[in-house]
Amino acid sequence: MSSFWSIWVSVITLGSILGCYLLLRWCLLNKTGVEEGDDMHHSFDGIIEINNPLPRWWTILFYIVLVWGLIYLAAYPGLGNFAGLLGWKSSNQNIQSLAESREAVELAKQNGELVQYDREIAQAEERFGPIFDKYASQPIEVLAKDEEALKIGQRLFLQNCSQCHGSDARGQRGFPNLTDNDWLYGGTPAKIKETLLNGRNAMMPAWLDAFGEQGIEEVVAYTLSLSGRQVDQQLKEAGEARFAACAACHGPDGKGNQAFGAPNLTDNIWLYGSTKETVTETLKYGRAGVMPSFKDTLGEKKVHLVSAYVYSLSQDN
Amino acid sequence: MSEISQAHPDYNYKVVRQFAVMTVVWGIVGMAVGVFIAAQLFLPALNFDIPYLTFSRLRPLHTNAVIFAFGGCALFATSYYVVQRTSQVRLFSDKLASFTFWGWQAVIVLAAITLPLGITSSKEYAELEWPIDILITLVWVAYIINFFGTVIIRRTSHIYVANWFFGAFMLTVAVLHIGNSMAIPVSFTKSYSLYAGAVDAMMQWWYGHNAVGFFLTAGFLGMMYYFVPKQAGRPVYSYRLSVIHFWALISLYIWAGPHHLHYTALPDWTQSLGMVMSVILFVPSWGGMINGIMTLSGAWHKLRTDPILRFLIVSLSFYGMSTFEGPMMAIKTVNALSHYTDWTIGHVHSGALGWVAMVSIGSIYHLIPILFDRPSMYSVKWVNVHFWLATIGVVLYIVAMWMSGVLQGLMWRAVNADGTLTYSFVESLEASYPFYVVRFIGGVFVVAGMLLMAWNVYKTIRTPREAFDAEPQAQAA
Repeated sequence: MSSFWSIWVSVITLGSILGCYLLLRWCLLNKTGVEEGDDMHHSFDGIIEINNPLPRWWTILFYIVLVWGLIYLAAYPGLGNFAGLLGWKSSNQNIQSLAESREAVELAKQNGELVQYDREIAQAEERFGPIFDKYASQPIEVLAKDEEALKIGQRLFLQNCSQCHGSDARGQRGFPNLTDNDWLYGGTPAKIKETLLNGRNAMMPAWLDAFGEQGIEEVVAYTLSLSGRQVDQQLKEAGEARFAACAACHGPDGKGNQAFGAPNLTDNIWLYGSTKETVTETLKYGRAGVMPSFKDTLGEKKVHLVSAYVYSLSQDN
Repeated sequence: MSEISQAHPDYNYKVVRQFAVMTVVWGIVGMAVGVFIAAQLFLPALNFDIPYLTFSRLRPLHTNAVIFAFGGCALFATSYYVVQRTSQVRLFSDKLASFTFWGWQAVIVLAAITLPLGITSSKEYAELEWPIDILITLVWVAYIINFFGTVIIRRTSHIYVANWFFGAFMLTVAVLHIGNSMAIPVSFTKSYSLYAGAVDAMMQWWYGHNAVGFFLTAGFLGMMYYFVPKQAGRPVYSYRLSVIHFWALISLYIWAGPHHLHYTALPDWTQSLGMVMSVILFVPSWGGMINGIMTLSGAWHKLRTDPILRFLIVSLSFYGMSTFEGPMMAIKTVNALSHYTDWTIGHVHSGALGWVAMVSIGSIYHLIPILFDRPSMYSVKWVNVHFWLATIGVVLYIVAMWMSGVLQGLMWRAVNADGTLTYSFVESLEASYPFYVVRFIGGVFVVAGMLLMAWNVYKTIRTPREAFDAEPQAQAA
């Protein structure tokens, strides 16, 4: 904020508080020219007003909040650029990126002047850090059998993952079921953790321009036949001829490829729905699935525990 | 009743009658929509998978209908009435008065059509799209000209305090509406705000909180300063208290917006200022409440026999309660618990149903017999029943939301020994179910009261004057 605006803010803030004080004084001194308790000598549609004094307790309360307001504004930021005597800050508000934020935290640590947010993070790290350190050194396979670790993993899952994958982790349209053994990018502990840490960007291209309406109908027929559905034989054969384009990702046999996150088309598990209409829509217009990265928000140690929880879900069956 | 017929100018009661009747009509519509969406919160299937009936579209319809249709009509009716009576002069312009009535009804109807269609600017309490915003501005300017024109040609030496509040409400709402609604249209039904990011949020809540402060408070305080002394037949308690109440209230309210944005990307200094001014605001607000309630001193016994006075006085109690609660919730530490929970919804309704609706209902009950030249309401007993329905309804509503809100706040912040959150969001939602049912029941009480009011108003207007004289109304016990 420029110093003009800083002064502007300070003047109108203090002016308002001073104005309230002067108003209160004026009212207390009774400059109305009318005796206390008398009426104001004018009447509006039969309503008269009495010149009663302000209630004493109320006046005192007014003084208290005005003084409190000044003390608060002296202690905390409020008057434009004045940072307040306590030097308190909620966060580094000029920061524009995570990298800048980390730099600021490092700098603040050296000066011993952490902002409140950093302080709370540091406190939490100190208090809870050892718990997560303990688990971070154990392999996911081991944690997947550790009841305490799974409980923590589940809580983290419910807070951070259930919004898309559901409280029971069975997913919903567009968000995979995590309890079955069907994996888009791989179900090994390492692959799960990789997915969680870095996120995934799935990309099914739109084929309408390349195939045309007729072509789409054919490929849909062939695709549906892969999982054993009854389809028109002629369409299916025409579709099979076109499937080469799809095989690049889904494989010649349609069993998918976890390197691209290309789903297996031969099982009966459908991410966006199994009806002919939905599959047609998928083929025509494509799909873009996004799994966000949790590296920065949860941190590696917590991701480790969530990975163990997710891994454990498909181990029972 | 203290209505002494005196020689007075030929007032324009027509526009007051129109707005008074529409207050009741829009009150029922707006509150009924509120009850319907309250039911959706525990029975989501009630949207019948019809987009026009989804919560997201009906919620702004509810808020717009109760604030601007119900509250707005009540403000138009009472301000036009009060300014004439206390200035001893007919309205400045009958044509402008008529324009404001039909213009405002057009705005309401357009809102009722566009909001369910999903046409929205998505700014809370300012959802209407730009063509409607322009119509609002035109109506509002006409309103201001008519009101201040009447004040200027008044036959009294001073301007009565009620008119100070009405005037401040009109001028500030004009500034707020124009400031916040600035947008770049991209089509007839879509526009984008002129402001971006944190500035947009800041503008939005500068508007949003002052919609509460000026539309829903200052305007209704104007109502209070006329109808409370009038109905009680007592002088206003303290002239000096009304002076400090007015100036402190209008100068402090305008700062309070940032308390809606605590712990967000808003700069620290704006959050501090919003909080400090909100807390100071508590005292002048209570000054107004004291002034209203103390106006009754020497006439407390009237509360036993006059349900209209009960409406007015209980509304002031709710005003006192919400203006204590509000500043408290503006304190950052308290806000950390209350923000985003149902506590906020409870607070809003203690103000909106307890204060705004009750003072309006009391004022309309005072007005209807005068406007239609009847000695009293058709049934004072029904007014009393309405009073109890409204009071029970509001209490059920706000107590349910307090409990639900505090519960949510506590559940959201509960952490386990490992620092993870104890409850997922869905668990807090499940815990809120019983309170949502109680809130719905409270709403049903309130709407039932409004329906009774409508019937009473209808009977008052339709029953010939002579029938009242023949059959003196039994006073409520």
